[in-house]
Amino acid sequence: MSSKGSAAPLFAALGDATRLRLLGRLSAGGPLSITRLSEGSGVTRQAITRHLHALGRVGLVRHARRGRERVWDLNRERLERAKRYIDQIAAQWDDAAERLRAFVED
Amino acid sequence: MAVKTQAPDDTVSADRIEKRVVLRAPRTRVWRALTNAEEFGTWFRVKLEGPFTEGKSVRGRLSIPGYEHVTLEMLVERIDPERYFSYRWHPYAVDPAVDYSAEPTTLVEFTLEDTEGGTALTIVESGFDRLPPARRAEAFRMNDSGWTGQIKQLAKYVE
Repeated sequence: MSSKGSAAPLFAALGDATRLRLLGRLSAGGPLSITRLSEGSGVTRQAITRHLHALGRVGLVRHARRGRERVWDLNRERLERAKRYIDQIAAQWDDAAERLRAFVED
Repeated sequence: MAVKTQAPDDTVSADRIEKRVVLRAPRTRVWRALTNAEEFGTWFRVKLEGPFTEGKSVRGRLSIPGYEHVTLEMLVERIDPERYFSYRWHPYAVDPAVDYSAEPTTLVEFTLEDTEGGTALTIVESGFDRLPPARRAEAFRMNDSGWTGQIKQLAKYVE
């Protein structure tokens, strides 16, 4: 798992409508089984499984056993980290733009 | 002179970060600050080893306190005098624990326009997701704000 790596693979994993919907479902009511996640999604269980593994590889979801069932849940810390990454880059540009302002306006 | 009346607009959406500022300085002055490597280094705080040349890379060590160990490599894409300057690099997030060299690059674009009282500068950094266009279009259809908007919404939701 690349939880220590940079955020780019994470963003690539997020750039898919089905995966975003899965994250939405899990954030609203996880943990959920693959059966539950595929209900009403219009996507096969196999496809859901593949998408969950793609999200799992970048640490956005995790699975656990619940009785005889495997259930998937959101990794909230990882999601928060992605948000901080974008906020951090935006903040650095804010600082750089202010230094440029001071440089050209004097 | 083209006078734009749009409001300053900073957005963080889709796969891009966009920042627009009005600088009280002539366009020629801002242009020089952006594209003369020595001047760029002064305000950006990086010691660049050479000039900006289209199609060429230039390296430099950051002089931002706390980031002095970071070496940047900027690949200049386009220099359109006094109007547009762009380069590629590894995103402006300098986490010392991360080796960015194997990562895809983002594109940074500076666009200048004359505006009342000075120069309007737009800075855009884009390409964080690096998706093939078709898949990106699909992801964006479900939500106008794209995936960074999704992350923010989700993060807010789960807090």
